[in-house]
Amino acid sequence: MTQEVQIQANIFSSLITRFSNYQNEAVGALSNKIQALHFDFYYGKFQALNDLSLAIKERSITALIGPSGCGKSTFLRAINRMHDQNPTARAAGRIFLDGQDIYGPFTDPLLLRRRVGMVFQRPNPFTLSIFDNVAYGLRVAGWKDKKRIAERVEEVLHQAALWNEVKDRLNHSGLGLSGGQQQRLCIARTIAPKPEVILMDEPASALDPISTLKIEETMFELRQEFTIIIVTHSMQQAARVSDETAFLLMNAETRAGELIEAGPTDQIFTNPQDKRTEDYISGRFG
Amino acid sequence: MITQASNYKQRKIVDQFMRGLMVGATILALIPLFLILGYVIFRGASSLSLAFFTEAYKAPQMSLTGDVQSAGGVLHGIVGSILIVGASLLFALPIGILAGVFLAEYPANSVATTVRFATDVLSAAPSIVVGVVAYILIVQRTKQFSGLAGSVALAVLMIPVITRTTEEILKLVPHTVREAAIALGTPKWKTTFTVVLPAATSGIVTGALLAFARATGETAPLLLTVLGNNNLGYSLLEPLAALPLLTYKYTEMPFPELNDLAWGTALVLTGLVLSVNLLARWATRSRLK
Repeated sequence: MTQEVQIQANIFSSLITRFSNYQNEAVGALSNKIQALHFDFYYGKFQALNDLSLAIKERSITALIGPSGCGKSTFLRAINRMHDQNPTARAAGRIFLDGQDIYGPFTDPLLLRRRVGMVFQRPNPFTLSIFDNVAYGLRVAGWKDKKRIAERVEEVLHQAALWNEVKDRLNHSGLGLSGGQQQRLCIARTIAPKPEVILMDEPASALDPISTLKIEETMFELRQEFTIIIVTHSMQQAARVSDETAFLLMNAETRAGELIEAGPTDQIFTNPQDKRTEDYISGRFG
Repeated sequence: MITQASNYKQRKIVDQFMRGLMVGATILALIPLFLILGYVIFRGASSLSLAFFTEAYKAPQMSLTGDVQSAGGVLHGIVGSILIVGASLLFALPIGILAGVFLAEYPANSVATTVRFATDVLSAAPSIVVGVVAYILIVQRTKQFSGLAGSVALAVLMIPVITRTTEEILKLVPHTVREAAIALGTPKWKTTFTVVLPAATSGIVTGALLAFARATGETAPLLLTVLGNNNLGYSLLEPLAALPLLTYKYTEMPFPELNDLAWGTALVLTGLVLSVNLLARWATRSRLK
């Protein structure tokens, strides 16, 4: 009996310690736009991410790099709770957005996604006109004034470097554009409702080099206004566009993704602290 | 050279033989189609006239010389068919499309599994049985044969077709498009109605056209519900004429003139169903571009 009480007391005190540790870490982390703290992620019984803690600074571009299966896309999609569609997916630990727990009971995923937009690997315009594709998010967010919507659509099409190519055919189908144009249309659609964070899941991997260059130029422009997190398989792209880089790797035993190293992109690429980071960026594996 | 293989000749012969077998079977399967089409056109084309499309039934009259004279047309059947099938589309389209949306967008629950199974059973139900059900549920209670009872019976036949085509088409809409809408903070129902359904419009139209074509040609459920009418009628609450019913009725008549009208009706009906089928194919093709 006493032993049982003792065990329970131990569990309780360890929980308290763990919680207060979280608190201390969290207080220091509040200055970051996004802060992941001991974040775990599971698909059913399979653990995809293990104990990931990562800070993401406001108005910067953070690149997530690592070989396939290391969990970088899983982490990216966890930031705006895209996994909610999958009933077997489960998160543990914390991700804070401006100090608010993304997985907390008071976070509405619909409102969260209006603050955290996403650009996908393959261009996925709606079967609507070019104009309506961009205006879609505005209307979802409750914009009613047609003039304001039209102004915002033009503004973001400029930002996405697409305006000159589509200004004469705004009422044509978005599916009639080329792949690169479609992806820039999707970027315009994502930034139109003024999210604070933009998640990009290999946004240029399905595109030719010229389109890739245009997307990267657009990202530079967007950095003035948004916090961008990009998953990329291209180390050159990470080096070109990002301010910060985080390297993830799958643990060979548990098969769960873990954060190996994160820091300023220059430092990661010229002077990595971890041997595994060095091996990966120099192309020795992955 | 590959032709040096030991059993090359034998393989070649077997290949030719099997191909010939399949071509033969295909031709055999097509013969009835062309026989029916050809004969219906051959017999029916001569009775197509202006009066055929603009007049209703006229009772056969015997002249003083003993000839039986009969003219008139099938306008009442055309109007009746349009009214009955139109009303059944009004019932079947919303129910069928919404059920299809439910099956495609919320697939993993026991209700969806049950609905899917029930839909398959229903689509295989003999149409006369559906007619009997409509007869008992509507005609017996209202003590009145009516176009409306026929519409309900036809709607029951159309719903499974529309539901399953809608489901299949919605499954073809790429998941990434749904994700794009969800990532903008769109609620699921809104994603379905503003993004997924518009992307699948032409496919759903195809399903509706096929269901329409099937319902237009149905005769058995109409016999028990719509009954038939010799006069031009516009009220769905009364017995109406319908093209398949006229074909059935005029074929039995002892007057050759009316038999000719039956052939004409058959031609109109076949042409209608065929052109709707072709229209459906055309709609599907333009979707794939």
